[in-house]
Amino acid sequence: MIDILINVTLLAFLAITAIAIVRMTHLFAIVMLYGIFSFLTAGLFVVMDAADVAFTEAAVGAGISTVLMLATLALSKDHQEKKSRHRPWLPLSLVVVTGAALVYGTMDIPGFGDPAAPSQVHVAPYYIEQSMPDTGVPNMVTAVLASYRGFDTLGEVVVVFTAGIAVLLLIGGRRAKQTDKTQLEKESDDA
Amino acid sequence: MDFILGHYNYWVVILLMMVGFYIVISRGNLIKKIVGLNIFQASVFILYISLSTVENGTIPIFKEGFEVYSNPLPHVLILTAIVVGVATTALGLALVVRIKEAYGTIEEDEIHEQDHSL
Repeated sequence: MIDILINVTLLAFLAITAIAIVRMTHLFAIVMLYGIFSFLTAGLFVVMDAADVAFTEAAVGAGISTVLMLATLALSKDHQEKKSRHRPWLPLSLVVVTGAALVYGTMDIPGFGDPAAPSQVHVAPYYIEQSMPDTGVPNMVTAVLASYRGFDTLGEVVVVFTAGIAVLLLIGGRRAKQTDKTQLEKESDDA
Repeated sequence: MDFILGHYNYWVVILLMMVGFYIVISRGNLIKKIVGLNIFQASVFILYISLSTVENGTIPIFKEGFEVYSNPLPHVLILTAIVVGVATTALGLALVVRIKEAYGTIEEDEIHEQDHSL
């Protein structure tokens, strides 16, 4: 019962933070609120039994993303969002219609935590029962990530490497002109 | 009541997704657009993890005495998605820095004015 209460509260906080981000115009405040948003997400993942995902979200999502955004803000030196000249009605109605269609789609999804949901009874029991005898790793997420789907993780490394090279090509070459650029580049490498 | 509690997660996910979508299509500031894109992305992560949760289950780390575990497969997918998401965010922000150097602004309207494209 208590985890349902925490779950409901954290999701409400997330919704409030997201709406605050829409209404803010000061970019520094927006980036900081995004950091809070990521930490709330990480907390939510712990409540929903996804410890590995929570670690990654707290370190990579809340940490590196926020630092990268702050570095961009420092380089662009433009901290105030200008008022939009367009009327909000067209995007707002598009968003409401899409949202209504998606809510209609959720009517058929099995309820939260349902043990008989199709996603729980298809291939998941195999990994829960066999990953320990197959790989000897007690953490099932690690067993799938590094053993069963090791090549997938290699592909992920290729994606991150490509992104790192692209960032270096975009803002790397002209470091001699402006020294503060090296900082952003170093952080992108870490990501 | 059961139906509302069982679907509350999905509805908040849809709200977050639409907030992110609204920021991306209605705001002209490029950094804010990237924040919106990240909110959209986070909502998808929450949807997947919600679907993996099992009632009275525990974290999917094997231990004697526990029998009900959450589904580990969505966790693996989202772990990969978070890291790839940060890589794309870094690339987007690098493009913003280049646009600022080339145009002197990160507002979409002013960039279009300079290009005479709208």
